[in-house]
Amino acid sequence: MKQGSGLRGYAFLYLLFLYAPIIILPVFAFNNSQVVAFPLKGFTTQWFGEMWADANLRAALGRSLVIAVVTASVATILGIFAARASVRYAFPGKAPVMGLIMLPMVLPDIVVAMALLIVLLSLSVPLSMLTIIMGHVLLCMPFAVAILTSAFQSLDKSLEEAALDLGETPASTFRLIILPLVMPGIISSFLICFTISIDEFVLANFLGSGKPVLSVYIFGQFRFPAKVPAMLALGTLLVAFSIVLLAIAEYFRRRGIARAGGKDTGGFL
Amino acid sequence: MTTERPTMIEFKDVHKYYGDYHALRGINGTIRAGEFFSLLGPSGCGKTTLLRTIAGFEGIDKGAVLIDGKDMARVPANARPTNMVFQSYAIFPHMSVAENVGFGLRRSGLSAAEKAKAVEDALGMVGLKGYGGRAAHALSGGQRQRVALARALILKPKVLLLDEPLSALDKKMREHMQVELIKLQRQVGITFILVTHDQEEALVMSDRIAVMFEGEIAQLADPETLYRRPNSKKVADFIGTMNFIPATVLSETGHKVEVEAKGLGHLTVDAAMAPPARGESPVVGLRPETLTLLYDDQKAAERETDGVIDEVIYFGDMTYYDVYLGGTDVEVRLSMRNVPGRPVLDVGTKVRVAWSPSALVLFR
Repeated sequence: MKQGSGLRGYAFLYLLFLYAPIIILPVFAFNNSQVVAFPLKGFTTQWFGEMWADANLRAALGRSLVIAVVTASVATILGIFAARASVRYAFPGKAPVMGLIMLPMVLPDIVVAMALLIVLLSLSVPLSMLTIIMGHVLLCMPFAVAILTSAFQSLDKSLEEAALDLGETPASTFRLIILPLVMPGIISSFLICFTISIDEFVLANFLGSGKPVLSVYIFGQFRFPAKVPAMLALGTLLVAFSIVLLAIAEYFRRRGIARAGGKDTGGFL
Repeated sequence: MTTERPTMIEFKDVHKYYGDYHALRGINGTIRAGEFFSLLGPSGCGKTTLLRTIAGFEGIDKGAVLIDGKDMARVPANARPTNMVFQSYAIFPHMSVAENVGFGLRRSGLSAAEKAKAVEDALGMVGLKGYGGRAAHALSGGQRQRVALARALILKPKVLLLDEPLSALDKKMREHMQVELIKLQRQVGITFILVTHDQEEALVMSDRIAVMFEGEIAQLADPETLYRRPNSKKVADFIGTMNFIPATVLSETGHKVEVEAKGLGHLTVDAAMAPPARGESPVVGLRPETLTLLYDDQKAAERETDGVIDEVIYFGDMTYYDVYLGGTDVEVRLSMRNVPGRPVLDVGTKVRVAWSPSALVLFR
């Protein structure tokens, strides 16, 4: 017991360092002062009102939501194809292909952003929400594929064969058996991709046009001290929103595995 | 019992490769309508692959599989007159018991009431009346298997395929289900094809058995023939216990083969008990129950040989003895029923062993 106490202290400090700055966010979002500093001056919800009154912020939020929904949909649909193929079929070059799909997870975003920007500019593609979506899909695909692969893997192959055996076509088997059983994985993938896209900064900054998305807008506002408390209020809402989304995603992922009768083989939470 | 029935399934020189691996190596044979047929063999012998070629889950690379006289080459799994009970049972986890059982009726065009009736009938047939509303995941292993059976039988297939359906059950439940499956097969009268690695299970349940090794059918026969007249040492070794005794073939005239067996002496084997030679070094095979220890003044009906008991294995109702024959190093295992007045003998006891040349098989 005694030997472990040093390591326990280290673990505690580590977690404190990790999460204390995030706890600062809601603390100062409700603090009745423009200056972000202790001691606290009193409670107010003024910054939330100010945040909501900002038309530019609302426009940026709208753009971010559109990008996130489209990105999550596209990445999840493409992820279904890739995951299904990697779980069920053998094809030449499968390992390198799957490896390359997963690579953006570890590739520096800035590298991807620069490379894409150069290619897009040299092809004279105008920068827009569409180019951001392209970048985000690339970024989200590894997560979608990882979640969906786990969902497809926990599916007993004989369930499909049983449906075929009982007279269903491959298409109706997919609809009646496979889709319902991997649906929790699909929902989970969608939510995680959505979360990744909505707060992504590097690609959104590089590949965006003059109209900023939420993350880029927030960064821009930090130049003006008067705007900082409102941004902290916004950050508070984003943290709460992210936690809810991830919790829902994990709930569906676990339920999916339990429903298909499989064993939990990982996941992100 | 085996009145000649029409052919239901026919294999014509069926070959199957997985890459370089030759999984099925020229399967020939027929399965008759209404027969309880077993594919028996050790794991990796191709028995499950062969079953799956009938269901349509595996294509074949050469030859033909015919069901009811029709070549199945271009018929997909969902259009074949077969249904399968999977080893994992493959119960759809997101559906109720009734939805599982009635799944095959989706395309039948029956009304909802007719479907409900058919489901209830099928559940009744497997002893699960009233279980329709249960969730699939709330079932025990035995119940899952019954649901899988009901689901496969509701379409009244010509052939029911069973892929090691009893292997996941405990011993008591397995023996119980063996009897239930036999009864069910008699009741519905359709062809059952069972894949199993359990020779006892195959002997108990089947009208005929195909014993498979390494992608080939080694012998296709009824259980009694397989047990009493195996056509190779390998089959004899796989089915039950058999003693193999080195022998020399002296002469062969018509339907008699003269043999000198070590420890047993000179004997004559009927040609029916001496399948065609395979070029192996000759041995004679004797089942343990065809050897008998002689007590006191008992006399052998046919032949007798001296021996010494080397090992005693007591089973309650039976005792197994390992006995050295006639002063040689040839050891045989024999089984004696423990009836009153027949004491269990000790290791080292000198005994006399009675045997009959007609119960013996020659492999050469």
